[in-house]
Amino acid sequence: MATTTKNMNKYWRVGEPMVWLSGASLAITLLTAVILLAVIMMNGLGVFWPAELHRLELKDGSQVAGRLMKTEPTVDGNGLRRQYKIANRDMYGLDFRWIDENQIVRQAKPKQLLVLERIEHGDFYGELQSLVINGARHRGSLADLDEALTAVNKETDGLKELEDKLNDASYQMEQLRLKELKYRYKGLADSDSEMITLNQDKVSLDKEFRQLIDLQTRQTARAREDKAVFTDVSGTEKEIVLADIFQVYTPNNMSAGEKMVFYAAKLVELLVGEPRESNTEGGLFPAIFGTVMLIFVMSLFSFPLGVIAAIYLREYAKEGVVVRIVRIAVNNLAGIPSIVYGIFGLGFFIYGIGHSIDSFFFPERMPTPTFGTGGLLWASLTLALLTVPVVIVSTEEALGAIPREMREGSYALGSTKFQTLVRILLPMASPGIMTGLILAMARAAGEVAPLMITGVVKLAPALPIDGNFPFFHLDRKFMHLGFHIYDIGFQSPNVEAAKPMVFVTTLLLVLIVLIMSSVAIYLRNKMKKRYTFGTF
Amino acid sequence: MTETRIENPIIEVNNLKFYYPGNARALHGIDLRIPEKQVTALIGPSGCGKSTLIRCFNRMNDLIDGCRVEGEVILEGENIYAKDTDIIELRREAGMVFQKSNPFPKSIYENVIYGLRIAGEKDKRLFDERVESSLKAAALWDEVKDRLHESALGLSGGQMQRLCIARAIAVNPKVILMDEPCSALDPKSTARVEETIKELRNEYTIIIVTHNMQQAARVSDYTAFLFEGSLIEFGSTDQLFVKPQNKQTEDYITGRFG
Repeated sequence: MATTTKNMNKYWRVGEPMVWLSGASLAITLLTAVILLAVIMMNGLGVFWPAELHRLELKDGSQVAGRLMKTEPTVDGNGLRRQYKIANRDMYGLDFRWIDENQIVRQAKPKQLLVLERIEHGDFYGELQSLVINGARHRGSLADLDEALTAVNKETDGLKELEDKLNDASYQMEQLRLKELKYRYKGLADSDSEMITLNQDKVSLDKEFRQLIDLQTRQTARAREDKAVFTDVSGTEKEIVLADIFQVYTPNNMSAGEKMVFYAAKLVELLVGEPRESNTEGGLFPAIFGTVMLIFVMSLFSFPLGVIAAIYLREYAKEGVVVRIVRIAVNNLAGIPSIVYGIFGLGFFIYGIGHSIDSFFFPERMPTPTFGTGGLLWASLTLALLTVPVVIVSTEEALGAIPREMREGSYALGSTKFQTLVRILLPMASPGIMTGLILAMARAAGEVAPLMITGVVKLAPALPIDGNFPFFHLDRKFMHLGFHIYDIGFQSPNVEAAKPMVFVTTLLLVLIVLIMSSVAIYLRNKMKKRYTFGTF
Repeated sequence: MTETRIENPIIEVNNLKFYYPGNARALHGIDLRIPEKQVTALIGPSGCGKSTLIRCFNRMNDLIDGCRVEGEVILEGENIYAKDTDIIELRREAGMVFQKSNPFPKSIYENVIYGLRIAGEKDKRLFDERVESSLKAAALWDEVKDRLHESALGLSGGQMQRLCIARAIAVNPKVILMDEPCSALDPKSTARVEETIKELRNEYTIIIVTHNMQQAARVSDYTAFLFEGSLIEFGSTDQLFVKPQNKQTEDYITGRFG
């Protein structure tokens, strides 16, 4: 007995429970993070895999074709039920259907079952009946369909070029309209030479524009003539315009290799493609671009501001009550809810500064705002404000951690405070400053709330960078992956269909943060190697 | 108090008093004359003010907020605590080597020419010349001549300290102040640094703070013994160690306290 007590005493004295406690807390933290990532990956990675289609015969004699989503116990617990994606939204009115397993009589995987990805109305599952090319209807095989699709794609590619030209023309017309507004604002009369050239330009542009529109209408009509007739699993015919078909594949007839290629192509589309179907399909390129650019512009503001402020606090300001209060205030800034920053950005940047810019530089465009509305610039500035405390704190810490001998060594050789700062302190503090930047970027990438009122939109008409002067359009609204998640997850008309995209978008956002952080960490480690002492 | 008279001293300290923040007096009126092109050692127990004193010679104590100095330190006829003193210029004339070696995180080459660079020097030939002469003077040239452009942080502790000496020499100072330069080094490195000091004494005035009496005896020509902020005794090293005039000095060097 005595020995046990003694052992127990020793057990507590040595602090064994503390080891377990600290280990357990770490394990719990890691576990939640791992589970979160696993859920995202499991749901996100499988989205583009061309899963097999089942054809089911039910007890009531009806036929169902669909992709198995999940299986779970029925409500009464006596059997299992399956969720199938049955697609053909325009025919059935819904995308998904629950089927009890005991209702299924027969199950098959017919090779000829097609999946059509359409521009509108989601996927179509069914079989090919015939093709209607140039008005003539004839039976066709899958190969014929592919051939016809390629031909139509060529036509639509031509249409896209035409559309680009149209966009350019309409951009030019918009510029002319603004110019006219400016001239009118200045009080130029119609008889002034500038006004006359402007009007001439306008007439010729108008003519060009009309021709382009005409061409587009005719070519579109022509491209939409070719159709194909499909039947769904219960035999109902459906005529679909070839130009509306985005992609055709037969998942039950693909080898693993073909599926892999398909998957890779889908991933590429995700990264470089434009979104379709109110963002639930297609690519995420504008959102990726917007996110990365937002973080970049944000860093451009918050990084220098934070570093310079920290230098003042640590190197120039005299230690005292005021500096201490400022330091506490800076630390507390990080605790303000981000939506408050958003409202501040809206009030100060957009309505305050943006409005002033508009009334000084673009008075002729009023009341239409140019900078007086949400845009990339204001969102970046708002996020910069939000992340600047992080940069200040880490820079201050990095400067403070430099051994006193370094400063003294530099001063003793006759250098000024500024020279010491630039040549010794900043390079030595750079790994710490980089850490701050990494934290700031990660924080900024994850923020959505302040963006929603400072310029993010669910579908931006143009990227913030394009070929039109001045190339960087920081006044434009932009798309963002974080907002995209919220939008398709909760604002989408077809939430169930959008669900896979939510996971994919989340995965992508996590990946982007990971990539940006990895690059920054790589740079930091390089700096660390250069500027700190090795252990002999 | 001091028997030894130094003619034409390079540094003359007159009634120097130093107060740390909060009016804590660390030096109680020091009078000292440091001979030119000789090695002068400042010895004394911990907290006696020897480091404070050496840091008064290049106004390194200015970095401490709220400290105060009274009295004069005259370097080559000019009081360095006069109002119009150019501290930058002063520090170029009085180079310093610190207790803990502090090479900058740059290449060996860049470390040596740092003082020249910040003075606005741009002449590449001068840089090469000074790097070679300074490293030779600091007895480091042979060890590093093949890796001048590698990081100085890869050197051993003793090499780093000699690099710091070379860095101080490179700006051609009149005085080199050494604040316990060997306290963080092993005996072998210490021997190398002491060797270097002996070679430098012909060209530079060296003031060295040490709490190692054997070291003071080995390298210095003159020794000053400080105790509790006051200069107790100053004299030629031979005389001070063999026949100290003061009881406290004798007690300290014979190891009765300290």
